[in-house]
Amino acid sequence: MISSKSSFSFLWRNDKILGRVLWASACLSTALLILIAMFLVKESWPVLTSIGITRFITDAGWYPLEKLFGLAPMLGATVIVSTLAVLIAAPLGIASAIFCSFIAPRRIAQAYRSLIALLAGIPSVAYGLWGLTVLVPLIGQFQPPGASLLAASLILSLMILPTIALTTDAAISTVPKSYLQGATALGLTREATIIKVILPAARASIGAGILLAAARALGETMAVLMVAGNVVQFPTSLFDPMRTLTANMALEMAYATGDHRASLFVSGLMLTAIVMALATLAWRLSGGRVHG
Amino acid sequence: MITMNVLRALGILMAGMSFANLATSAADDTKQPTLAGKLTITGSSTVAPLVAEIGKRFEQLHPGVRIDVQTGGSSRGIADARSGLADIGMASRDLKSDETDIKGHVIARDGIGMIVNAANPVQSLTDAHIIDIYLGKVTNWKDVGGSDMAISVVNKAEGRSTLELFAQHYKLKNSDIKASVIIGDNQQGIKTVSGNPGAIGYVSIGTAEFEAGQGTPIKLLPLGTVAATVENVQNASFPLSRSLTLVTKDEAKDLPKAFIDFARSKDVHDLVKEQFFVPLAE
Repeated sequence: MISSKSSFSFLWRNDKILGRVLWASACLSTALLILIAMFLVKESWPVLTSIGITRFITDAGWYPLEKLFGLAPMLGATVIVSTLAVLIAAPLGIASAIFCSFIAPRRIAQAYRSLIALLAGIPSVAYGLWGLTVLVPLIGQFQPPGASLLAASLILSLMILPTIALTTDAAISTVPKSYLQGATALGLTREATIIKVILPAARASIGAGILLAAARALGETMAVLMVAGNVVQFPTSLFDPMRTLTANMALEMAYATGDHRASLFVSGLMLTAIVMALATLAWRLSGGRVHG
Repeated sequence: MITMNVLRALGILMAGMSFANLATSAADDTKQPTLAGKLTITGSSTVAPLVAEIGKRFEQLHPGVRIDVQTGGSSRGIADARSGLADIGMASRDLKSDETDIKGHVIARDGIGMIVNAANPVQSLTDAHIIDIYLGKVTNWKDVGGSDMAISVVNKAEGRSTLELFAQHYKLKNSDIKASVIIGDNQQGIKTVSGNPGAIGYVSIGTAEFEAGQGTPIKLLPLGTVAATVENVQNASFPLSRSLTLVTKDEAKDLPKAFIDFARSKDVHDLVKEQFFVPLAE
């Protein structure tokens, strides 16, 4: 009896230690997030107080050295290019997940899944370089300069396609088997089963996956910087060059000082705000299960 | 509470570090004339690769010396030299006339050349042409003696000293330039122009001459009657050229002076040429 009691208290102590370690790491990651946010605010504070947040929206252009700080065109361009990328990638991604789960033979589906996972692992700079040397000159033949909203959204959609395909695939696999059996018992065709039963049942998780992909598109930097042309303006056609908030920071941060540097941190703050809004939306959609 | 403790720890750490600095600088004074210590050099990304090479050779000659080169732009190089954050700053330009509180030491020269795609039949452009193209008044190559093709104007991102020199030379305001593509570094510029038959841009001549020699489809345009060559940058006859400058807060002495003297000497001319820059006249 004595021995069993001691081993029990030993286990209990281990548990306590583990609990403390987990608590500490949870606190640490939260603290990091808060520290980053505080750092962003601290670095952008000088211009937020001296210039005011409204001028970042209302100024006529982005020429920080000439005291013009209009971020609105870049804010717009960031949202437009990400939306376009999602519009291109979402149907393709969902289609490829359906192909994988219901249509492809098992072997092909497995090979296809690893191919998609491989696609997700290619570094963004590689996509960017390919875009700059192949895609941009190709578009440029029809509508110079080629570096454009179109090039950027195509590259971005290629990058987020694997995310959407993999999350949708996972979402479909969580749909209970009984739904499928029920649909078969009712004599539904494969098409009807997929469209009327499976997709509605996995809807929330698929939506959350798409929003996660959208967040990745919003945050992508190097690939977009290389193919978007980086002119600060509201793109009015697919062939207009444009600059995103992330590209703005990457292009100018190394050479910026004073107010210019601080205003780049405001770009960062705005981007963080958009991504957080999106993450909240994704969390709501998935009913609290972030990685559903 | 956690933040308070972290702050306090940082404070103690920093106090310790500044005390250590005091100790080493005191030791340096007594150990003359053997050179030892650490030299922090920050600034222009154009100058940094050259200074890093010079630094390596200097470290070999003086084993007690460590040289730390960081990039961040000419403006930051000058700011860091001024604030004392760096022992030496690097700037890819001559010092301005109002920057009398710091000392500049030219170590080499660099030229900016206008580049177009090799397939472009245009052989030269006047200053007025270049200004009109960058202001968006001329948008087709046929108006400046070329074929019927839209012009893609390639400009640099704000804050780059290349843009500063270009805009200064042609008396342009950056907000008036009608760019089709805005780029970061020279390589991105060369890739953009070589992939677009209607593009025009400006990059360092050393880099462009090297890339053109390697078969990259770009062409350097002469300015007026002066060809865009490394030679004409060296003899300063090429108008769009600049000095690569090391910057110190006061008149340099001790370790910084020894390094600057070395960087200006004939011993590093081979390194300057390797980086496609132009050494000082002998």
